[in-house]
Amino acid sequence: MTTTPAATPAAAPAALDLSPAPGAVPLPRMIMSQAGYEFRAVVRNGEQLLLTLIIPVVLLTLFSATSLLDLGSGRRVDFLAPGILALAVMSTAFTGQAIGTGFERRYGVLKRLGATPLPRGGLIAAKTLSVVAVEILQAVVVCAVALALGWHPHGDPVSVIVLLLLGTAAFSGFGLLMAGTLRAEATLAAANLVYILLLAVGGVVFPLDKFPGAVRDVLELLPISALADGLRQVLQHGAAFPGKPLLVLAVWAAAGLALAARFFRWE
Amino acid sequence: MTTPGDGAVELHALVKRYGTATAVDGLSFGAARGAVTALLGPNGAGKTTTIEICEGFRRADAGTVRVLGLDPAADARALKPRVGVMPQSGGVPGTAKGGEFLRLVASFHATPLDPAALLERLGLTEHARTPFRRMSGGQQQRLSLAVAVVGRPELVFLDEPTTGLDPQARHATWELIEELRTAGVSVVLTTHNMEEAERLADRVVIVDHGKVVAEGSPPELTGAERQLRFRARPGLGLEELLSALPAGSAAKESPAGHYLIEADVRPELLATVTAWCASHGVMTEDLRIERRTLEDVFLELTGRELRS
Repeated sequence: MTTTPAATPAAAPAALDLSPAPGAVPLPRMIMSQAGYEFRAVVRNGEQLLLTLIIPVVLLTLFSATSLLDLGSGRRVDFLAPGILALAVMSTAFTGQAIGTGFERRYGVLKRLGATPLPRGGLIAAKTLSVVAVEILQAVVVCAVALALGWHPHGDPVSVIVLLLLGTAAFSGFGLLMAGTLRAEATLAAANLVYILLLAVGGVVFPLDKFPGAVRDVLELLPISALADGLRQVLQHGAAFPGKPLLVLAVWAAAGLALAARFFRWE
Repeated sequence: MTTPGDGAVELHALVKRYGTATAVDGLSFGAARGAVTALLGPNGAGKTTTIEICEGFRRADAGTVRVLGLDPAADARALKPRVGVMPQSGGVPGTAKGGEFLRLVASFHATPLDPAALLERLGLTEHARTPFRRMSGGQQQRLSLAVAVVGRPELVFLDEPTTGLDPQARHATWELIEELRTAGVSVVLTTHNMEEAERLADRVVIVDHGKVVAEGSPPELTGAERQLRFRARPGLGLEELLSALPAGSAAKESPAGHYLIEADVRPELLATVTAWCASHGVMTEDLRIERRTLEDVFLELTGRELRS
């Protein structure tokens, strides 16, 4: 049987029994410990919260409640909410994860964790669980705000979940690729730059049909556009399993994860 | 001496190159179980590279490595729970609270030490909620030591465990290392602190330019030889003094006004030296008879030029 460190009886600190008693807990427990630790670290980090919650909520509210942007026909919030969900996935799986992991690598945290019983695969699993947990928190907040602004989503929830998971896989792959190959400062700058660029040209809040046709064809192949467009096809127009967005995301996910697995350096 | 397969660590003819530089150049030594082994050497001698090969962080280019009888690379999964590692610096997220990170690592182990008791023991209770990056260097070092031992390992690698510590923290660390040894834990540490090696180590391995240049217990390394030191006015005629001493004695003045006589120090020798001084009107200060220290041995073996 395994136990977490038992509390010693109050009073004076018990003498430490340093005699060897090695042994690891089962892998799933290690992964849950690490995932909980990573989740708490993200939620406590003010800069991360700005990126993952405050910016999406502000964009959603601002552009829904005003006519600053021409969003075409239809209710503004029905166009915006799916795009903001896509942005939330990118901010956590890509930007936040790239910066966090890049600095962990730089400060030798990945190396140090490599000396503990937690295997590398377990660490990646824990990071993924933590990313998904943060995304659930984001989705709850974004959906609540959107509903309060009069959002009427339709469509198939399974399609939505598949799109979100594929998007998470694609962004995580490239986030980890960046964190595991560039210097931490370069990752910080590049991850933020990519976030802003993709926010601007990825159909998150600015409709892609405002761009010239040829440009638009290229922009539609970006992972953020595929995710935003796929979510819109389902949630705004009631489609199920939108083919092109799913295909584009699957290709990005496969490429990102394969490149990360090949080139990620732990120190 | 250990029999093959029996030691905590056994290295044979280890080689590690970085590009054209050879960091470890045919290094061999053994660390016995339940003992404290100190790797002593100047900066750049290859100590950290050697330790990191034992920890499984680096692969050797040639030679064999056995840690607790296993291969650190191939048997990593089996070894990790049994081995504690304290790297030279860092390794804890800057924003993490010390106690939180310690509890995380403890949670990977089946029967860990109580993290709170360990923090208390190392004087870190007040800093359990301080983010790592706000801790002083000494506090960070002690937390790192706590992380290395919290899983109750059989073997710990400590890379310069007391560098940058104030005297109180250094003594607390030494006491913990002594207790680990008493409890049957094997300890391999690197240091360039001679006092640390002399006080803690059962066996000292002096490493330079990636090779073992000497090894043995501290008394074996320092030997039984004594020497005589004194201060006096500079420029005494040492040849004349030497002619009065037994054959095989040596005398030198370095730096000016500091004299060292290496000889078979007996009462007659002491009388000869002081009589010679008296006849030359020389008043000696700080006259003392001492054993060679580990530092003397170390400087003799590794030279006096500065290392990068």
